[in-house]
Amino acid sequence: MNVMTQNWCSIGTIDDIPRRGARCVKHGEMTIAIFRTADDQIFALEDKCPHKNGPLSQGIVHDGCVTCPLHNWVISLESGQAQGADEGKTMVFPIKLDEKTILIDLSKSSGTS
Amino acid sequence: MKQKLVVIGNGMAPGRALEELVEKSPDQYDITIFNAESRVNYDRIMLSPVLSGEKTFEEIIIHGDSWYIDNNIMLYKGHKVTEIDREKKQVTSEHGQVASYDKLIIATGSLPFIIPVPGHKLPGVLSYRDLDDVTAMMLAAQSRGTAVVIGGGLLGLEAAAGLKEQGMDVTVLHLTPTLMDRQLDPAAGYLLEKELTNRGIKVITKANTKEIVGNGKVEAVHLDDGTVIPATLVVMAVGIRPNTGIAKDAGLEVGRGIVVSDQMVSSDPDIFSLGECAEVAGECFGLVAPLYQMASVVADNLAGGNDSKFAAQETATRLKVTGINLYSAGDFAEGDDREEIVLRDATSGVYKRLVLKENKIIGIVLYGEAADGPWFFEMMKSETDISEMRDTLIFGAAFQGGDALDPMAAVAALPDEAEICGCNGICKSKITTAITEKGLTTLDEVRAHTKASASCGTCTGLVEQLLSLTLGDAYDPAAITPMCGCTDLGHGDVRRLIKAKGLITIPAVMQELEWQTSCGCAKCRPALNYYLVCDWPDRYADDYQSRYINERVHANIQKDGTYSVVPRMWGGVTSADELRAIADVVDKFELPLVKCTGGQRIDMFGIKKEDLPAVWADLGKAGFVSGQAYAKGLRTVKTCVGTDWCRFGTQDSTGLGIKLEKFMWGSWTPAKLKLAVSGCPRNCSEATCKDIGIICVDSGFEIHVGGAAGLEIKGTEVLGNVSTEEEVLEYVVALAQMYREQGFYLERIYKWMARIGLEEIRSQIMHQPKRRKAYFDAFVFSQKFAQIDPWSERVSGKDKHEFKPMATLSLEAAE
Ligand code: SRM
Ligand SMILES: Cc1cc2nc3c(=O)[nH]c(=O)nc-3n(C[C@H](O)[C@H](O)[C@H](O)COP(=O)(O)OP(=O)(O)OC[C@H]3O[C@@H](n4cnc5c(N)ncnc54)[C@H](O)[C@@H]3O)c2cc1C
Ligand code: SF4
Ligand code: FES
Repeated sequence: MNVMTQNWCSIGTIDDIPRRGARCVKHGEMTIAIFRTADDQIFALEDKCPHKNGPLSQGIVHDGCVTCPLHNWVISLESGQAQGADEGKTMVFPIKLDEKTILIDLSKSSGTS
Repeated sequence: MKQKLVVIGNGMAPGRALEELVEKSPDQYDITIFNAESRVNYDRIMLSPVLSGEKTFEEIIIHGDSWYIDNNIMLYKGHKVTEIDREKKQVTSEHGQVASYDKLIIATGSLPFIIPVPGHKLPGVLSYRDLDDVTAMMLAAQSRGTAVVIGGGLLGLEAAAGLKEQGMDVTVLHLTPTLMDRQLDPAAGYLLEKELTNRGIKVITKANTKEIVGNGKVEAVHLDDGTVIPATLVVMAVGIRPNTGIAKDAGLEVGRGIVVSDQMVSSDPDIFSLGECAEVAGECFGLVAPLYQMASVVADNLAGGNDSKFAAQETATRLKVTGINLYSAGDFAEGDDREEIVLRDATSGVYKRLVLKENKIIGIVLYGEAADGPWFFEMMKSETDISEMRDTLIFGAAFQGGDALDPMAAVAALPDEAEICGCNGICKSKITTAITEKGLTTLDEVRAHTKASASCGTCTGLVEQLLSLTLGDAYDPAAITPMCGCTDLGHGDVRRLIKAKGLITIPAVMQELEWQTSCGCAKCRPALNYYLVCDWPDRYADDYQSRYINERVHANIQKDGTYSVVPRMWGGVTSADELRAIADVVDKFELPLVKCTGGQRIDMFGIKKEDLPAVWADLGKAGFVSGQAYAKGLRTVKTCVGTDWCRFGTQDSTGLGIKLEKFMWGSWTPAKLKLAVSGCPRNCSEATCKDIGIICVDSGFEIHVGGAAGLEIKGTEVLGNVSTEEEVLEYVVALAQMYREQGFYLERIYKWMARIGLEEIRSQIMHQPKRRKAYFDAFVFSQKFAQIDPWSERVSGKDKHEFKPMATLSLEAAE
């Protein structure tokens, strides 16, 4: 795969997601959680907590993080990294806004799930 | 026969005297109080925090209505006594109420002094003495405008700071060159003036008021030197004089105050007087410490002991303006026979001065750093010879012995007799003993048991240090204080400020209360959301993004990310139709598990999030609504079979349980709320381990409160008995509402009860019909907005986005 290739794919508009909320995108077996923060930043993470696979899309979004609904781990939306004393990382996908349209690149991801 | 005791005035002094009297000798007197103010006894000292918005009136009440009821005391509120007839031994109020006495207490306090300059009667000229004055000032402050405070003493400055806090433009006029000249020397007065000026309060000293002018209401204040200061409000705080009118009319001996012996008996042996209106040994007093001492003397004497006598003691003064540390005591005039030690630190604004005479401290002025006040004061009272420590004395207790400065060391160094709480005359050892003997661990408990820090509150820091010293690491003020890492405020403060400042959205709370994060965290957001839902049911829009997932999608999330749903089964009663509908849902959606819950209803497991609305649509057709098995709200009302079937049943426990559940479902509470009704004391529905439980008995219903059987097992306490189902409903609903208004988020009823005390709950719910009704009405009002089935709402399309993926991408699209 060419490193320079970007494979952006439209998944909807920013208005589809409530502020401080998330929606899911299905991709085969995988679910990807798309987050929108209070200040309209967009992030994409695999919908799986590094702890016990809790669905992060169902958590409470605050500042740049989401708190997992199952056991309250706090995961950074930008890096997928568990915060504080917890250790683990969720897969993060490149994502960007073109006007209101959300574009995601599923060919690149960082981290393992 | 009981003797009749009548009290004129219901201020702080007689309040304390009666409190001690009913404790010492509960049934000796039939007590009647007349009070010109139409309210209960409150902490007058704390009016300034009410004015500045830091406290509410409710928080400064000393004896609530229930106290009078519990102690069988008749309180006539808003009844000013106009006549004392010593022949007939009776008093008459202005409304014509007559009461005869065996013993009479006159405690009419004092009247604010009004300088009789022209215009002093104009509307907008106020004094500063009672709650009415505070309310009037707060009202005036609403239209912003400019306030002139005449008098730069303790009261005047507290009023000025409060009015500034309320947004007014404030000028203080003071006659002499130094603010608070009765308590401060010119150097400290200067620092104080500078601090006030920095806060935007204008100070004019050597100001002689000539007249107040205005057309129909205050418009300006004119000074002798020609200065004109525009004003929409004028507060006169230039002094007080003992309120002796009725005593004089009754022919009692009156000097500056009502003349009493050191046993507080006036010239009539059956009439006592105490408080600011009394004069002992030629002296009148205007701070609570000596007044409380008078109160003890009166209580002792009325209870039959007669060896207790009043002896005037030195008192220290502090100014209760947040952020200003000031302490003064004793005599600090200059003189040939006196020496002084002064410490100044200009950069940190500290000034300390000790006045010595024959190697003993006789006067103390501390500004900017007042922690050592009590230590110096103790040495002053005990006339300690300080020649040994002269060189380091001014640096305070922590410095003695040459060790490095440690804030805690100052408190540790205080002798046992050192006075910590000046208002209540509580010394160090009394507090430390109470902490160890009674196992106290919090400030509130120390207040409740010793009264220390319960009046003006300036010694709070010292009391906290004593808690730390005595308990070591076991005292952790932080553990109870901040709500979460986003704020330093505790739940109690946040709840109060939401109401006091009228904050109606989460961003408003975060802005006004200076949250340290931009949008909170998973701890504070759900709590704030609940507080706002509870406090402003009709005005606040529930913020679903601040709710845990279960409350957001109205089902319980499971470990595999699927959901379970539990419909309401009112009082645990079901029918063939309902069971059939559940069976159909289980088949149609191929659910892997159906189970009876521990709460007398049925749980369906393994539902995919996308399927939830369809499951609810089917359940809804059969008449089911959400069982809210996920909510910090009303969960189940368990019942047993009761009179209809059971051979022991005394009342219709099933029917009553259903009534309660139908009335209360949908309400949000600080933590989960579970109820149960048992038909007899065999208690088959386990009512005695529920948040609220009802045990039916032959004569009616026993209401229980504060049980739990989860992480902790707690049996309930009996709140009281009532005789009809209607009463059960009213009392239980009122109780739930009181908890809704006061509980901290995630604090179940038993924890809330441990915090505020069963007695308080009982007194408000069982003994105060008006309160109870008000709680009941507030609950009913909020149900208008809360009792909406969340499932049917979502079946009709609400929050659609929650249940559907945003997009489904084919695998190729990504390659
Ligand atoms: C379903 C049920 C178990 C069952 O299969 O019977 C249940 C299931 C859960 N209980 Fe429970 N509790 C259930 C009855 C109880 C009971 C029994 C009762 O109510 O009589 C208790 C003890 C009584 C009590 O509350 O004091 C009980 C004490 C708890 C506690 C401890 C609460 C406490 O304050 O100590 C928790 C933990 C919590 O809330 O933080 C809890 C929490 C939970 C949670 C919500 C755990 C969670 O956060 O996910 C479980 C959800 C499972 C699910 O998704 O359905 N559950 N739970 C019961 C539902 C009752 C209902 O119809 O609504
Ligand atoms: C704003 C403010 C701040 C203060 N700060 C402090 C402080 O920090 N420290 C301190 O030690 N002290 C402070 N004080 C002083 C302290 O509050 C008083 O010394 C104390 O309250 C006096 O108590 P009392 O019972 O004598 O009189 P009061 O509390 O004044 O009570 C007298 C009551 O009698 C009623 N009354 C009068 N005449 C009649 C009648 N004929 N019939 C029936 N009722 C009548 C009045 O309505 C009033 O309610 C402060 C006072 C104020 C106003
Ligand atoms: S007892 Fe524990 S495992 Fe069982 S339902 Fe309750 S929370 Fe879950
Ligand atoms: S699965 Fe996320 S915290 Fe346990």
